[in-house]
Amino acid sequence: MSNQTKKEMAVAALRNGIVIDHIPCVSLFKVVNILGIEQMDNSVTIGNNLGSKSMGKKGLIKIAEVELPKETLNRIAVIAPNAVINIIKDYEVVEKHKVTIPEDLVDIVRCNNPKCISNNEPMATHFHVIDKENNVLKCRYCERTVTHNEVILK
Amino acid sequence: MQNRNLISISDLKKEEILSLLKRAQEFEKNPNQNILEGKVVGSLFFEPSTRTRLSFETAVNRLGGRVIGFSDASTSSQSKGETLKDTIMMVANYADLIVMRHPLEGAARYASEISKVPVINAGDGSNQHPTQTMLDLYTIYQTQGTLENLTITMVGDLKYGRTVHSLLEAMHFFNPKFKFVACEELRMPKQYKEYCKKLGIEYEETKEFNEGIINQTDILYMTRVQRERFSDIMEYERVKNIYTLTASMLKGCKKNLRVLHPLPRVTEIAQDVDDTPQAYYFEQALNGLYTREAIICRALGI
Repeated sequence: MSNQTKKEMAVAALRNGIVIDHIPCVSLFKVVNILGIEQMDNSVTIGNNLGSKSMGKKGLIKIAEVELPKETLNRIAVIAPNAVINIIKDYEVVEKHKVTIPEDLVDIVRCNNPKCISNNEPMATHFHVIDKENNVLKCRYCERTVTHNEVILK
Repeated sequence: MQNRNLISISDLKKEEILSLLKRAQEFEKNPNQNILEGKVVGSLFFEPSTRTRLSFETAVNRLGGRVIGFSDASTSSQSKGETLKDTIMMVANYADLIVMRHPLEGAARYASEISKVPVINAGDGSNQHPTQTMLDLYTIYQTQGTLENLTITMVGDLKYGRTVHSLLEAMHFFNPKFKFVACEELRMPKQYKEYCKKLGIEYEETKEFNEGIINQTDILYMTRVQRERFSDIMEYERVKNIYTLTASMLKGCKKNLRVLHPLPRVTEIAQDVDDTPQAYYFEQALNGLYTREAIICRALGI
């Protein structure tokens, strides 16, 4: 077992489930929100301002006895581009990967333009990711671009 | 089925632009054809726009179709709080095609997603107005005989003017050179200059509007500088006069130069320009009829 895994286990040992690691501290509760963790019955451990070699401080979420599709997890990439997903089975990390931002973000981000139709009708928002490296989004409706640090979640 | 909506000029490929221009040429020769007989077009103007609405409705009438709709949101159920979705669903039951103008940006794109009949965007806030761009392209083609390798000088409000932004995007297929003439407050936004750089389109930016620039130009695209864009009214008065075109400034221009303007004009083109052979903005407005006839037929698959 690697040192990294031992450190995570210090928070709470997870037999089966998902660990979402390397979440920026400011985004932690937004990630909780996007993934709908509040509505889950599973046992959930949330840590924030934990020490991190690469980030200084980080947030971390552990969800027991759950499997989430990749598409769902990738939804957090817009606010946590460097988050790492660890899939745990029988106390072992069986899969580890970074989230990747999808081509389209449906009903996750709100448009910053008050004159955009999506802020004036009961409808889903829709953004195209036009620059994956720099996290630049373009509203499908009003065609305005939004950069990473301007993102407002719906 | 082929996507027949026209929401944004960037939805059109080069071949589609050229085939629309060809179609418009046929309508210019013969604007009255009975090819929309039995068709009903929903003309939904949630915001008043006399020029665009009359041009569309004339196009439908000259092709033998019928128009239903409204020219002001206060006479629609929107004033009772109806959502855009419900209005579109209802009209899509009645009409074969929807032409819409809306004050909110993205309204036409959203309508096209929920409508079972094609949608043509006749302007959505400050976002897109693709039929204006098509008539600009048609006018350039008509006056120059080509769209390729032209020098286009854009003057006035390059910051907020959606017509110059859409024209710039549409011209990228045709190896243009641009000259952007504007004051500091109304400069071409960075986003569009980056767009040019990325595509290797040559451009020059200047605050000076003079013969030196005009004499290198094929298409002089003038736009209106609006008072409400300025916090300082003195600055507005100064800028307004600097970026006014007069007949004397055209003395040494290229023979093929034409002056275009999306209209309405205020002071940016002096009245004496109207009598020069270079003035072409009224013909340009008439071209709106032919290009809209072509766009309507494309939408209906005719």
